[in-house]
Amino acid sequence: MSKADAAAAILWVGATFYALFGGADFGGGFWDLVAGWDDRGQRPRDVIQRSLTPVWEANHVWLIFVLVVLWTAFPTAFSAIFTTLYVPIALAALGIVLRGAGFAFRKSIVGLRARRAMGATFAISSVLTPFFMGAVVGAIAAGNVPAEGNGDAFSSWIQPLPLLIGAMFVATGAYLAAVFLVGDARRGDHELERYFERRALGAAVVAGALAIAGIFALHSEARYVFDRLTEQGLPLVILSVLCGAALLLVLVRGGRRPLRPLAAGAVVALIWGWGVAQFPYLLPTSLRIDQAAAPDPTMTIIFIVFAAAAVVVLPSLGLLYTLAQKDLLESEH
Amino acid sequence: MSNLLAAREQMAFTLGFHIVLSCLGVALPATILVANYLGLKKGDGAALELARRWSKAMAVTFAVGAVTGTVLSFEFGLLWPQFEHRFGSVFGIAFAIEGIFFFLEAIFLAVYIYGWKRLRPWAHFWSGVPMVVTGIGGAFAVVAANSWMNQPQGFTLNRAGEVVDVEPLKVLFNPATGYEVPHMTLAAYMVVGFLVASIYAVGMLKGRRDRLHRLGVVIPLTIACIATPVQLFVGDTAAREVADHQPAKFAAMECIEKTGDDQTEYLGGICTKDGVKGAIGIPGLDSFLVGFSTDTEVTGLNDIPDDEEPPAHTMLHLAFDTMVGIGSALLALGAWFAFSWWKRRDLPRTPWFLRAVSVSGAGAILALWCGWIVTEVGRQPWIVQGYMRTTEAVTEAEGIWFSFGLVLLLYAGLGTGAVLVLRSMSRRWREAGAEEIESPYAPQTEEVA
Repeated sequence: MSKADAAAAILWVGATFYALFGGADFGGGFWDLVAGWDDRGQRPRDVIQRSLTPVWEANHVWLIFVLVVLWTAFPTAFSAIFTTLYVPIALAALGIVLRGAGFAFRKSIVGLRARRAMGATFAISSVLTPFFMGAVVGAIAAGNVPAEGNGDAFSSWIQPLPLLIGAMFVATGAYLAAVFLVGDARRGDHELERYFERRALGAAVVAGALAIAGIFALHSEARYVFDRLTEQGLPLVILSVLCGAALLLVLVRGGRRPLRPLAAGAVVALIWGWGVAQFPYLLPTSLRIDQAAAPDPTMTIIFIVFAAAAVVVLPSLGLLYTLAQKDLLESEH
Repeated sequence: MSNLLAAREQMAFTLGFHIVLSCLGVALPATILVANYLGLKKGDGAALELARRWSKAMAVTFAVGAVTGTVLSFEFGLLWPQFEHRFGSVFGIAFAIEGIFFFLEAIFLAVYIYGWKRLRPWAHFWSGVPMVVTGIGGAFAVVAANSWMNQPQGFTLNRAGEVVDVEPLKVLFNPATGYEVPHMTLAAYMVVGFLVASIYAVGMLKGRRDRLHRLGVVIPLTIACIATPVQLFVGDTAAREVADHQPAKFAAMECIEKTGDDQTEYLGGICTKDGVKGAIGIPGLDSFLVGFSTDTEVTGLNDIPDDEEPPAHTMLHLAFDTMVGIGSALLALGAWFAFSWWKRRDLPRTPWFLRAVSVSGAGAILALWCGWIVTEVGRQPWIVQGYMRTTEAVTEAEGIWFSFGLVLLLYAGLGTGAVLVLRSMSRRWREAGAEEIESPYAPQTEEVA
């Protein structure tokens, strides 16, 4: 494995963490959005808020990590993506601001109308942000980003595949969030547990259906990625399907088996399947990983930073999640 | 050209907004922990209550800072893609390191902010310490990146101008890192110290003279007043370094038209080709400040090629003077406070002192903005001094004016929202009244982990 390949793998690790944890936080916003009016939606909203409050900022840092690794290790790919897909990227950035501010403001104020407005801002932007991020990823996979950048600002992503991947990002976040929230609701409230189990089931079915539609869209719009996904990437696709199916089974039978590893497994396998399918391209099929790579000493810094992340950040994140799961952190002001 | 102006305005605006919040991220944790420590050590309920309130306020400002900081990361690609394209592998090194600090700060900030009720008091205190360290570490990394833009080194270009080799340590520890990093870090402590003190000074002027308000002035003001003299020393060194390494920036900010010795130091005024109008001039002082002798030769704008001259000399000059002027006034305020404390362990009695403190926060922020204008506008027309012009870095994307307009609206909402939320929190705390001021920590019982 070359240094550039290793840096690309680090990029994928960051993206995986962001998809799992950042994705679930956006999914929390989705369930907040559809929880119903004030009284009816109060209890699920409380669980969502309790679950997100201490962790969403830390989870958000994975996005910064991905951005920084991308522009430092693969600067040409970064500029190509940003000069082509600036419309969905700017919309995602807008969504990030509104999501974060809406959430932080809502839990710090008391007035009902202001809380409603902030809550709506948080929830709606939680749906739009992953959608546009998915459109960016879909446009890259479809090969719509030319290596030299400045691709078409609209036709590069207003296509079936990017839009489908955008929808899939929303559904996957909702699916992860519902599964995580089942666990959070379990600590005390069986009715809510059932509530999120039903939603996890629904989101799993929708995300699965979108994934199948995505495979067809890949076939017509991203042939390189499709071919490799169904050959080299096939074991990972199968693993993802198995995890998803097992989770559905557990949910339908109301089993007590741990749901979270299965949900995470389905998503992780799919992300790495995508990685394998793109290899050796960062931008299929115009820019290879080695063509975009920064000089070696820069890669060495990326490795050192990644090692530091593994040694210091991951245990700290573990501590934060443990404290949150043991209810040692409050969520109210 | 129009795209360039729009992109620069948007960058300046979003950075100017974020920099205040990043000061809070860098320096508020230490301020909170000082109050927390005093509270625990002396059993002082008011100090603990302050620490708790400030941490809850920090939850809001950190969230807003996290998203506005993210906007800046996006803007590197949205507004300056060619800069990243050419120098991302160099400049990004500092940001990769910053990522780790930001991560740790976000994690421990959450543990600290949300751990008041259920963690043991001292464990809770120590969970906050990493915030202080990572705040300073993050400031180091981000400012080192900016220092590198001012004094780039540590990379090799091929004939096509592409980076083919990088020396990370030289990038991180470029000559400007040595003064920019302490200058910005101290600025963060000054902004936070004076800002927090000014809020409680306003409260005291309204007649709220309880222990909580007094401590709310004394703790942050002490921190700011320790930082201020050090800052003036660092800033003075920084100005000399700029005169050495970025003579165009220095000549513009000091309105020096002609190279020569015995340069006059101008306070205020308007820079023109025929000299400074309406300024107070102190003959020879500028040369003296640069080289400790009036014989020191200082480069003037006549020796800078026209296409390498920074724009808006008068604005740079006034920004520089405003920063130094405010810094000096804050130094005097600190001396007043120190004298009174030394004499009788108390704040000066006159309301004029509280009035001065109550505007010091805004003053410190204004000085901070002025300093950044000097650094950033003074570097123009370069984005990477001597290597890449800002015109070469800017995006070709359309609609930057539109995006700038949208950003103005969005941030107006963000700023208003943050201020309203903080004010409503403060009102709630006041209304909750005395019974809350006993201890923010839960009574310690056996089952509390």
